[in-house]
Amino acid sequence: MTAATEQPLAPAAMLETAAAPAQSRFQAFWHLFRQNRMAVIGLVVFLLFFGVALAGLVLTSGDHPVFNPALIRLQEKLRPPLSRAHVKRLTPDEIPPFGIYLFGTDDLGRDVFARMLQGAWVSLTVGFVAVGISVVIGIFLGGIAGYYPRIDALIMRLVDIMLCFPSFFLILTVVALLPASLYNIMIVIGLTSWMGTTRFVRAEFLALREQDFVSAARALGVGDLRIIFRHILPNAVAPVLVSATIGIATAILTEAGLSFLGFGVPPPHATWGNILADGKEFIFDAPWLTFIPGTAILVVVLAFNLFGEGLRDVLNPRLRERG
Amino acid sequence: MLSFIGRTLVQKLLTLFLVSIVSFLIIHLAPGKPSQANPLNPKFTPEMVARFNKAFHLDDPLYLQYYYFYKGLFTGNTRSWKDNQPVLGKIWKRFLNSLPLFIVGTLLTWTLSFPVGIRSAIRRGGLYDRSATLISYFLISIPGFFFAYILIICVVEWLHVPVIGMETFGLSHAHWPTLIMDRIWHLVLPSVLGATSGIALLSRYVRGQMLEVQGQDYIRTARAKGLSSEAVYYRHALRNALLPFVTMFGLILPGLIGGSVIIESIFSWPGMGRMAYEAILARDYPVILTLNFISAVLVLIGTFISDILYMAVDPRIRL
Repeated sequence: MTAATEQPLAPAAMLETAAAPAQSRFQAFWHLFRQNRMAVIGLVVFLLFFGVALAGLVLTSGDHPVFNPALIRLQEKLRPPLSRAHVKRLTPDEIPPFGIYLFGTDDLGRDVFARMLQGAWVSLTVGFVAVGISVVIGIFLGGIAGYYPRIDALIMRLVDIMLCFPSFFLILTVVALLPASLYNIMIVIGLTSWMGTTRFVRAEFLALREQDFVSAARALGVGDLRIIFRHILPNAVAPVLVSATIGIATAILTEAGLSFLGFGVPPPHATWGNILADGKEFIFDAPWLTFIPGTAILVVVLAFNLFGEGLRDVLNPRLRERG
Repeated sequence: MLSFIGRTLVQKLLTLFLVSIVSFLIIHLAPGKPSQANPLNPKFTPEMVARFNKAFHLDDPLYLQYYYFYKGLFTGNTRSWKDNQPVLGKIWKRFLNSLPLFIVGTLLTWTLSFPVGIRSAIRRGGLYDRSATLISYFLISIPGFFFAYILIICVVEWLHVPVIGMETFGLSHAHWPTLIMDRIWHLVLPSVLGATSGIALLSRYVRGQMLEVQGQDYIRTARAKGLSSEAVYYRHALRNALLPFVTMFGLILPGLIGGSVIIESIFSWPGMGRMAYEAILARDYPVILTLNFISAVLVLIGTFISDILYMAVDPRIRL
């Protein structure tokens, strides 16, 4: 991650102004990023998703949520999207906001829109926490392996061992053996997906370790940990950022796959994965139960992937020069 | 060269040994016991549990259990806890079912992604490239089972062919052309689905490699001396771009056993992925551990082959 676009200044001006780049690093980054239209779309969808997830958290929690995702109305089951609620058959508490089922209802008469709102937050949490765990482990192990040649072989052996397990099979095994809970799923996905990050970070560290600024820091007597985390890590963070973005997409897909096999996040939490998995039994009678969460997952995962690839292009100086 | 092979072999064996320990620990340290698999079953009396524990050495310390299990595995005596069948025989049967899926899926992946990737690289930024890019992101991002359901609905509604299972039930007395067509129709959807993400990823990778190579000096030289663009792309660029892919042949191997759990479940395909899933549900530890062990062996063989191929193909690498 080098600050690439420093504008040349006239010698006279150079004396008067501080010799800082005319563009900040972020401006330079944004300028490049904006040219990749698909990545910008990805970023916009990502921000929208984040907003929806936050709104979902606020609107569906508490004692009297605006949208109640857990309210069962058996007399209103499998209503198609945009249908009006039969107000006379419901108690005042049960009437959905505006008297309309925006995304229809499921087989228990729960409001799918409310469930999607709640699920957005849960899916987002699953993605972020799982990736957070794997990134922390990856940076720590990769950094140590790249910085201390002695420990390197040991940690790389550990990576080799972990890579010998078929990942989805391993996740499935552990999730099936552990008691079902939201946290277990996040932790297991995180603990089984740090190998890629470790390798990236190690590779970056191996190259950066030999650079002059590291020797300078060492000559000044800076401690190893400070060199690793304050001096080298900021320079090695670009590929981590990219793989984390794509990792969130993968984690959301993995959660959906686990839900499909019956090992996903257990009720009462709704996730997009388990709404989709529950909907499969009604695919002909109530296709919206499949298509709404399916499309939502597709759009969000696509956005994360596009944004991640855009980041990769912008942050990769080699590709940038050629582009 | 020989010393490299020897060193790698020792390293891989060591890794395999550690994998066997780790997988054993993961399974046995997880909460819950296999004897509790079905506590509601009235036939599961304490005496039964005791007999079960004794028969499978479940009361012994872990290292002894480890020793018994892998001794059984290497002498071919491991038996499933669920139906007392030899594990290796069970796996072999399922393996033969998964094999056609794997072969067709791999062929589809490797024959489709190269033309798509190369064409995208040649027409970089054009309509073809952009739509191929978008479609491959689409295929990577779609949840597999959602896509499977969409395809099943389309195929069943429009083509009126059976898709679930390996063959249509009760068709065994039909003529052989009908039988073969039936088998093929059943094979198409699951193998296409198994190949989609592979095609998407590999074609992106091919495109990236081609672009990388196209920036090299020898390509400019080839152009400068007036070669036709076909000759430049296919003779000069492609050959060098293909280099990393030769090594990927080794990495297909693990796919033999990975067998997609989800796809085989959707299509009721009695393959290895489904077997793994059923074994996990039944807490059938010998089957889970054996599958894990075999897949670890395949991963290690795969990486070994790819290392060797890499050395054979790329003269710059001599370790």
